[in-house]
Amino acid sequence: MSSETTQPAAARADGIWKVYGHGEAQVHALRGVSTAFDRGRFTAIMGPSGSGKSTLMHCLAGLDTVDAGHVFIGDTQVTGLGDAGLTKLRREKVGFIFQQFNLLPTLTAEENILLPMAISGRKPDPQWYDLVIKTVGLGDRLSHRPTELSGGQQQRVACARALVARPEVIFADEPTGNLDSRSSGEVLNFLRSSVHDFGQTIVMVTHDPRAASYADRVIFLADGSIVDELEKPTEGSVLDKMKSLDPGQSPDAATGGADV
Amino acid sequence: MLRATLKSLLARKLRLALSAFAVILGVMFVAGSFVLTDTLGRSFENMFDSAYAHTDVVVAPKPKVDGQYAGDSSPVPGVLTAADQAKIEAVSGVVAAHPIAEAEGARVIGSDGKVVTTVGPPRLGSNWIDGVGGAEIRDGHAPQNDNQVVLNVEQAKKAGLKVGDQVTVLTPGGKRTFELAGTFGYAGGLDGRGGVLEVRFTDKVAQELMLGEPGAYTSFDVDVAPGQSAAAVRDAIAAQTGGAYEVKTGAELAKSIADQFKSVLDGLNKVLLGFGGVALFVGTFLILNIFSITVAQRTKELALTRALGASRRQMIGSVLAEALVVGLTGSVLGLLAGLGVGWVLAMVAANVSGLILAPIALPMSAVIAAFSVGIVITVLAALLPALRASRVPPIAALQEVATPDRPLTKLSVGGGLVTAAGVALMGYGLTGDGHLWPMLGGVMFAFIGVALLSPLVGKPVVAALGRLFSWSVAGKLGRLNSGRNPRRTAITAAALMIGIALITAASTVLTSGDESLRGAANREVHADLLVTGQNSTDVMPTFTRSTMDDIRKIPGVASATSEVYARAMIGKNGHGVSIIDDLPAMAAQFSLKPASATSGTLSALGPNDAIVDTETAVDEGVRVGDTVKVVLPKGDPVEFRIAAIYAENDFYGGYLLGSAALTHLVSPDPAVATITLAGGASESAVRDQVGRLLADNPEVSVMTKGEYLDQASGQIGTLLTMVTILLALAILIAVLGVIITLWLSVLERTRELGLLRAIGLGRAATMRMITVEAVVITLFGTLLGLATGVGMGAAVVRSLKGEGITDFAVPWSQLTAYLVAGALVGVFAAVLPSIKAARTDVLKAIAYE
Repeated sequence: MSSETTQPAAARADGIWKVYGHGEAQVHALRGVSTAFDRGRFTAIMGPSGSGKSTLMHCLAGLDTVDAGHVFIGDTQVTGLGDAGLTKLRREKVGFIFQQFNLLPTLTAEENILLPMAISGRKPDPQWYDLVIKTVGLGDRLSHRPTELSGGQQQRVACARALVARPEVIFADEPTGNLDSRSSGEVLNFLRSSVHDFGQTIVMVTHDPRAASYADRVIFLADGSIVDELEKPTEGSVLDKMKSLDPGQSPDAATGGADV
Repeated sequence: MLRATLKSLLARKLRLALSAFAVILGVMFVAGSFVLTDTLGRSFENMFDSAYAHTDVVVAPKPKVDGQYAGDSSPVPGVLTAADQAKIEAVSGVVAAHPIAEAEGARVIGSDGKVVTTVGPPRLGSNWIDGVGGAEIRDGHAPQNDNQVVLNVEQAKKAGLKVGDQVTVLTPGGKRTFELAGTFGYAGGLDGRGGVLEVRFTDKVAQELMLGEPGAYTSFDVDVAPGQSAAAVRDAIAAQTGGAYEVKTGAELAKSIADQFKSVLDGLNKVLLGFGGVALFVGTFLILNIFSITVAQRTKELALTRALGASRRQMIGSVLAEALVVGLTGSVLGLLAGLGVGWVLAMVAANVSGLILAPIALPMSAVIAAFSVGIVITVLAALLPALRASRVPPIAALQEVATPDRPLTKLSVGGGLVTAAGVALMGYGLTGDGHLWPMLGGVMFAFIGVALLSPLVGKPVVAALGRLFSWSVAGKLGRLNSGRNPRRTAITAAALMIGIALITAASTVLTSGDESLRGAANREVHADLLVTGQNSTDVMPTFTRSTMDDIRKIPGVASATSEVYARAMIGKNGHGVSIIDDLPAMAAQFSLKPASATSGTLSALGPNDAIVDTETAVDEGVRVGDTVKVVLPKGDPVEFRIAAIYAENDFYGGYLLGSAALTHLVSPDPAVATITLAGGASESAVRDQVGRLLADNPEVSVMTKGEYLDQASGQIGTLLTMVTILLALAILIAVLGVIITLWLSVLERTRELGLLRAIGLGRAATMRMITVEAVVITLFGTLLGLATGVGMGAAVVRSLKGEGITDFAVPWSQLTAYLVAGALVGVFAAVLPSIKAARTDVLKAIAYE
């Protein structure tokens, strides 16, 4: 784990535990996970279904609470924040890209992109806005509504929305899960270039080795714990790592049903 | 399939409970009004049955003044004498004919100095006869001399008087003070007969004060010989007196009086049912909307059922079965609630009027109305959504759910046609004598038409209204949401439109009436003070005739005129007539003018002169110089010469008679006086002086023209409040509709709300967003209602031109108040849905499949 870095981490988990249910039905989704996500890096979280990768991201983003441990976004401690504090955090420090249903159907692409800024009453930096729009390549589609855009285009609008507010960290939850391979490539390229060209920090949950290969670093989760990690991954190295992890996985977690 | 339907019903308990709630409220109103009127009807029946249980046969004279007196059908009875009594007692089977002298208008002044009032039941004065009609002395004794009276127990209680007290009674024959000799009640422990207040005098005093004719009676209470049936004796009297009298058995009389009350109750029932109908009509919109949204949200599920082999008919059947369950549940609960509400209202009514309530029962009419209305309306409302459900193609199960914006062309053309048909029907209904059913049908069609047009109208209006709130992001999102499904927004708003439109129409008509009265008063009335009283029963309050002389003597009074109202037969027809005392002054006060140069002049009337308005003159075929024979309540017919024919105006019409008529009335006391002040006289000084002169006439008061008009406006305000209260239920149901629509929309948009929360929308902002959506919907509904209502009001006002409503006035201040209320209703409707939205769990929302 690279907790000792020259720069302070954009997001950090400090021994976090997450337990669902009681008694016999108790499931430990996270078992004391500690990790940090460095600024200006693209990190992928991987793991089989039920490994706790989505739960980890939800806890990091303040969408879910932890039962023990601490979560930090930048220098803000997320653990213990109330609704108002979490809302402020989401407005100022966090961006989201979801697998699907990312846009408001009533707003145009441009209005969707500017929505987080509008909600928090901020104006985007026009130069930065133009740059983001140019990079996502949606210039001629800005006045369209989501229903008039393809899945890939919708997801690029969602990326632009996350990026335009320049959050501390963007959390992407299976952003390419619903896309064909060409659209996936476009979205992932865009995410990577926003990290490398603009210094954005991105944390992405995925189960697709190809998607993970776009990241700078991959964390592997199994049974609620970080079991391994990989710097500068390729599709092949990720696949190998996953295969090597598979036998070590407990049968309970493998058949654990929902991806919590 | 039925099992699947029931299962899916249970899965959507909340929205079904809410749609059933609309049915419950409507059915409750309908059933409640049946229960109320049925219970009161039976109570009246019981009361009159027991009141006449001790009366075998009643003989009354043929009416003297009969026929259709304008707006009032009660005839003026003739009188009977001792000669008639002898004739009847001669009939075999008759043991005795007790002579009764009874008339309305005996008003007791209570211990607090105020006249004892009733709400409707008459205040009767008559003679005391021992043991007749089941009356029995409770306390003290019967009147033994002309200075004694007895009161029924209820009256004595209300007046706060005890046996031995002095009691002052206002009668048609003047005011007089007696000693209270005793109190009486009726067999069976009754303190009175249904709120009727009674004063019983000696024969002589009753004849003098109540009938104004010594030796006169109004009816005979006939005792039948043992073993004889009342019906047989009734027939014998009728046969042997040659049909000179109206003869009825006690039971018949009880029934005919009870029937009069019941017909009043019937009218009340119809009015209540009308308002209940409005509530149910609004409920139809709500049910239609809920089922439409449900079908839209269940598209995938329905498509899957189709893909698994369900036929179109089964799809329609499943939605209709759902509606049937809702309608049935709503009807049963509504019926029970209606029973409760009707019972409570009947108790309240009984308490106010002193009626002994018959046991509560559920009339068959209520059961039939509840079930037919509740079920028919629900199923009818679900028909369109059912058809839509059947058109869901199986392939929709596999596709992404997209509700395409269907074009509104067809809907709008249909709406235009239905609106036009409604307007035409309304126009027809309002012409001529007025046709109620075409008019009501027209109103309903117009509402449906406007509702169909509302999605089209709604687009620009909702967009414009939304701009008001667009200054914040939450407001903008709310506005966009309300414009998102034009049909859903429109139908929700249309439901609210109906109630608002009816209130607005009523308000427009009443305000126009008020304005017209004010306009006419200002144009045509040149008097300053008015003496008059409020009548709570059929008898107009009057004041002592001699007061007029005193009023004329007050310094500052230029002229004073008075009017006595009476009913008379002129030719073959009944008329309401006025006996006037100073025609030239009155003509000046009320701008009366001769109809033409050859119609005579409005100079002082001789005692046997009369004038008549043009229209009546034409109807009756009388000309200036003709002599008409006038039958008045007392004595022989009197001949009057038509001195002039005048042009009818807003205040005067019909026959105005000279003073010769006064001696033919029970009481010559005027009901109205009008006073014109001399230049420079102080209005308030004269007013106070007149007031002092009227101190002995507690039922009348003096007011300025302005005060009189304000009082009239106040009555209009009261009427409007009552209409508003009765329409409140329809509006409540419409608000319920707004709540349900928003609630379902919030459920539908869970993921969207989750996303918004994830990207930083706060709880308060989320609530604002939903509130704006609600307010836009209710404001749109209110605006539609205001526009429709003013339109309807204008149509009614136009048709009432002949009735004296000449000015059309838009009640701007009320409209503004309704608009504000509409916005507040929106805020209120948004409370629950917005809390629900604010509580959206982000994590669950985004994981929601």
